Amino acid sequence: MSTISIRKYASENGALAGLLVLALVIALMQPAFLNAQNLLNVGVQAAVIAIMAFGMTFVVVAGGIDLSVGSIAALAAMVGALTAGPVGLLVGALCGLVNGALISYGKLPPFIATLAMLSVARGLTLVFSEGQPHETDELVTFLGSNLAPSLPLPLLLMLAFFGVTGLILTRTNLGRRMYAIGGNEEAAKLSGIDVRRNKLWIYALSGLFAAAAGLVLAGRLGSAGPQAAAGYELDAIAAVVIGGASLSGGVGRATGTLVGALVLAVLRNGLNLLQVPPFWQQVVIGVVIALAALLDSLRRR
Amino acid sequence: MNALITARGITKHFGATKALDGVDLDINAGEVHVLLGENGAGKSTLVKVLAGIHGHDAGTIEGRASLAVIHQELALVPELSVAENLFLNRLPRRFGFVDRAEMRRRAPELLRKVGLNVDPDAKVKDLGIAQQQMIEIARALDKDTSVLILDEPTAVLTDTETDRLLEIMAQLRDNRVGLVFITHHLDEIQRVADRITVLRDGRSVGVLGPRATTQHMIELMVGRPIDEQYPRARQRPGAPLLHIQGLTRRGVFEDVTIEVHAGEVVGIAGLVGAGRTEVARAAFGVDGYDHGTVAVDGKPLPRHNVQAAIKAGLGLVPEDRKGQGLVLTATVGQNLELVTLDDRDEKRLHDIAGKLRIKGRVEQPVKELSGGNQQKVVIGKWLLADPKVLILDEPTRGVDVGAKVEIYELINRMTAQGRAVLLVSSDLPEVIGMSDRVVVMAHGRVAGELPKGATQDQVMALAVQEIPA
Repeated sequence: MSTISIRKYASENGALAGLLVLALVIALMQPAFLNAQNLLNVGVQAAVIAIMAFGMTFVVVAGGIDLSVGSIAALAAMVGALTAGPVGLLVGALCGLVNGALISYGKLPPFIATLAMLSVARGLTLVFSEGQPHETDELVTFLGSNLAPSLPLPLLLMLAFFGVTGLILTRTNLGRRMYAIGGNEEAAKLSGIDVRRNKLWIYALSGLFAAAAGLVLAGRLGSAGPQAAAGYELDAIAAVVIGGASLSGGVGRATGTLVGALVLAVLRNGLNLLQVPPFWQQVVIGVVIALAALLDSLRRR
Repeated sequence: MNALITARGITKHFGATKALDGVDLDINAGEVHVLLGENGAGKSTLVKVLAGIHGHDAGTIEGRASLAVIHQELALVPELSVAENLFLNRLPRRFGFVDRAEMRRRAPELLRKVGLNVDPDAKVKDLGIAQQQMIEIARALDKDTSVLILDEPTAVLTDTETDRLLEIMAQLRDNRVGLVFITHHLDEIQRVADRITVLRDGRSVGVLGPRATTQHMIELMVGRPIDEQYPRARQRPGAPLLHIQGLTRRGVFEDVTIEVHAGEVVGIAGLVGAGRTEVARAAFGVDGYDHGTVAVDGKPLPRHNVQAAIKAGLGLVPEDRKGQGLVLTATVGQNLELVTLDDRDEKRLHDIAGKLRIKGRVEQPVKELSGGNQQKVVIGKWLLADPKVLILDEPTRGVDVGAKVEIYELINRMTAQGRAVLLVSSDLPEVIGMSDRVVVMAHGRVAGELPKGATQDQVMALAVQEIPA
């Protein structure tokens, strides 16, 4: 490999290099990190954020943002627990469609529209649950279970969603349009792309993915809680950004987002193993997010 | 000699490409030194090296301390006043607060230097682009700048504004300022240049004196003889393909009727603000309109519907390449396939990229291409869709001579295949040279139509005419 292609490889996989270094440092300080069971745990912990972040990737690539994914996840899980899992998925996609409609046809900035949905979806979760956690049914509980002793389903689901996301982004017209819309909405419009209708689908997908993440979370816990997944939207955005996507749109990849979600999970797990007090963990995570974004911005210069 | 800046053997690489290759350049006090070259020849890179924005890999530069660059994108703060912009970054202060009185006192003197008569308290955003440019020049002069580099300043100016700028440049030259002037307009060069350094492929290929002919400049620039600047190959017109009938949007354009036949190029000339772009956008369905009809090949189009217009066989290359034409974050290939996503054909895409002679690979980010090559990508995405009628809005703005001729050849090829072209252009020689008929617009109406061979005077006479309300 020539110097140029090595450099190109490194610049496209900066997040991956960061993940490996992070894992190495933690492993050196606490060998128990490399324990197979622990690594599986990391994967399971990453799954919920990753699935949510894959949906967020569509939105960010298309130049938007979705603050409502945490609330949608909670609402979908709650509806799933009170009725049935698939109904939860449907509700999530519907919430996303409403986001999309407010943004494309109501011309609201995505930040505002999804901020409103964050509140509405969380409020509905509280209303439906009457403030109480509700047990999930067998189907949803199965989503959080292990297929075999060392084969957790959430991990497999994460990989499946990863594949689907990559496929949508690179192999479908909807995906190609996301890059065009995020890169230059006006040029996309003048090329005959129905920007408004595509945005509907993009936000609906984000809602659907958030709902799936919510069901996996509820499945793992065996119950849907009224305050579940609160603040997860920020982790999802962080994962997407650590993965190298640009919040100004047009740039982002499924692999990047997967790595971003793993970075967050490895970090949390490592900090626990190293017995860093939880209050300090938040500080460290914040610093890492800033560092990742900083490195990315330096690399692009 | 009184050289203010002496650059010798400047070489600069970007990755594997050599952007500058051993360029020498002297800038003397009291001269206008023109940098001429096609897009991608290395002018901007040279300017950036001189200004210290880019480093250089080899060569020496002496005396670049007092240099200011006026870029095409102006570095002004729209919400601040003229005076505040003039002293941005070094506002006069008293007791730690901004000394407005001092600022107002010094501003007029600076504005006089560039012959600008505006209220120092006016907000910059309320001024025209030409005035904003002058403010930036004035700001540079306040810092005792001895070398002023103007990077395509006239690209955004009207003819009168350009005249004004050239006068100011001549005045600054008389005051012993060294000026570096970049422009694609050869007539401007003939009016102000003392020396012309021609760049091609990152090398300096010649230094010309003030009396160089346009022919000589062009040939040095493209590195081969150019037979004809406007190689229009006329076709016998066929059936009408585009019919705009009585198109009206209140307050913008009124009762515009234009017909374009198969094999024909119809030009739309007019002053800036005459409503040409607005009509083009409305016809293509980007914007709506109040009355009238647009029909392609006899089929009327629904209003305000780009998808339907494309389906019917209409295409539009918009005037603002970066803002409306390209997805700069994407690759050449991704830009080319934008219109034809539903009907993708890798082989045709590569065919077209080859035919357009786009310098650069299909996988290359489009932002790395020069202006001319970027414009070819925008046109290429429409060629892939093979429209019956293509509307070109200022297709050669900011495009170098070589690429211009290639774009004209593409127009010829389209009409030879029985397609039609509607050419909106502010470049009078171009719109006259490449059109079979020229429709002149003034104040949102069609002021008249001229046959092939009309003169610039005839076009201007129609363009400036007052139309009774």
